[in-house]
Amino acid sequence: MRAFRAQAAAELRLTARRGDAVLLNLAIPVGLLVFFSLVDVLPRPAHVAHAVTFLTPGILALAVMSTSMVSLGIATGFERQYGVLKRLGATPLGRPRLLAAKIASIAVIEIFQVIVLVAVAFAVGWNPSGPVWLAVPAVLLGTAAFAGLGLLMAGALRAEVTLAAANGLYLALLLLGGMIFPLSKLPGGMRDFARALPAGALSDALHGSLAAGGGVPGRAWVVLALWAVAAPVAAARLFRWE
Amino acid sequence: MHRSDHPAISVSGLVVRYGDVVAVDGLDLHAEAGQVLGLLGRNGAGKTSTVEALEGYRRAAAGRLEVLGLDPQRPDDRTRLARRVGVMLQSGGVYPAMAPGEALRLFASYYDDPVAPSALLERLGLEDVARTPWRRLSGGEQQRLSLALALVGRPEVVFLDEPTAGVDPHGRVAIRAEVARLKAGGVCVVLTTHELEEAERLADRIVIIEKGSVVAAGTPAELTSEGGDAAARGGTGAGGGAGVAGVAGMRFGAPPGLDTAALAAVLGAAVEEIEPGQYRVADPGRPATVAALAGWLAERDLPLADLRTGRERLEEVFLRLTAGDRGGAREEEGR
Repeated sequence: MRAFRAQAAAELRLTARRGDAVLLNLAIPVGLLVFFSLVDVLPRPAHVAHAVTFLTPGILALAVMSTSMVSLGIATGFERQYGVLKRLGATPLGRPRLLAAKIASIAVIEIFQVIVLVAVAFAVGWNPSGPVWLAVPAVLLGTAAFAGLGLLMAGALRAEVTLAAANGLYLALLLLGGMIFPLSKLPGGMRDFARALPAGALSDALHGSLAAGGGVPGRAWVVLALWAVAAPVAAARLFRWE
Repeated sequence: MHRSDHPAISVSGLVVRYGDVVAVDGLDLHAEAGQVLGLLGRNGAGKTSTVEALEGYRRAAAGRLEVLGLDPQRPDDRTRLARRVGVMLQSGGVYPAMAPGEALRLFASYYDDPVAPSALLERLGLEDVARTPWRRLSGGEQQRLSLALALVGRPEVVFLDEPTAGVDPHGRVAIRAEVARLKAGGVCVVLTTHELEEAERLADRIVIIEKGSVVAAGTPAELTSEGGDAAARGGTGAGGGAGVAGVAGMRFGAPPGLDTAALAAVLGAAVEEIEPGQYRVADPGRPATVAALAGWLAERDLPLADLRTGRERLEEVFLRLTAGDRGGAREEEGR
């Protein structure tokens, strides 16, 4: 337990020291939320009256993706490249506890992100409605799916490639994930594609649970659950420790 | 502390392959508690592959490996060994953003009865950089931190892969002191190096590895002394049997192309030009022989570049045993 706590604390400290992680996990989501809530230029679904109503669930999905896919993937990829994972393999820490520590540190970061983003959202006039508690399983499934993707890249690609791929994927999913642009505004084929991706499914689930209007579509749960199983399984199969 | 009855290290017939390339080819090793075993060989000889098989990183294609009576190739045994074995990788292994003090405290948390991080920082001269991130440390400081991390769990066996590579003289002294301390504490240390002087200084027993096989083994004295043939292991693989560990004799440097037959007649001992301008005399270096050599050269007004007598240095033994066929050296080591 002591080793797990120390490892989780170390993971958190290292993340907090990484400027790119702080930017990606906190500054960009907060900035986007504040800017586009106050500057009403983004398209939003017809039934949504205020920008912040649409943006808050989308930005929460973005925050989950940043932490569990981009930040985790890049950090783990470099840990592999620098022989840290190899060296830890020769200590009594063990892979299960290392993985548990990474999961715990992600959970702590996400809780922090949610607190900050929800506080900022309320400050700019957010008024949530809907089956709010459904956001919890949505975030858990989304975290599993994105962490699986992040670790898949980290364990199979060179660290520099992971860095580029994770950032590229981040941008693509930001646009295709219904996070700042509604999926309903995408052309038909692109929309169906986007809804099959974990980002689209997560933002659908969060929009459904945090905004009035019909709850979470079943399709979003199915897609999210499939990614939440498939991505970690693929990562476990393909992960090379050195 | 509990010490097992098993030998610290016991390896027989180890084979490690990378695809079709054989990196380790039927290697035997043995080391006891309190012994410092030096694996000496040039780059690509198979040192790291051997150590990494013992650490459980590399799969052995064949052979029997035991560390403290456990098999590092078996996952559950490897888990048990993780508490009792310290590892220093050839490079890396530490979070680049983590400082020595922080890294040692983290690693200390993995063990039940760790050495105090502050004590290790002091012993390895890392106090002044205790808060400096790994990536800003010098090569020698990084090596010393890697060593400290290998020691924090009070291991019974320590593997050090090129511990003194890139370390300045002060760092080497600190590392040697730690190895001596481990030995005194009954710890078995296995270290690799291609630096002969380090092997001679650090190790009780040296195993010279060439192309994945042991070509000679013994104490530094055995390897460099006359009649050390017993230490050389003939016929165990490529290069085996070529020789002889240590031939005592007198060596000198002079202009190339001397008439060795004439000189031999004067000295009353065989003279051989082992390489252009380097000569070996089959004589332990008696003053009369030295005087005769000096006189012979003086008559011809020839300079004497250098003169050494007595034991062959380990470097010469090593170069002789691993001579030839450099193109055959394997390059995969450490990959």
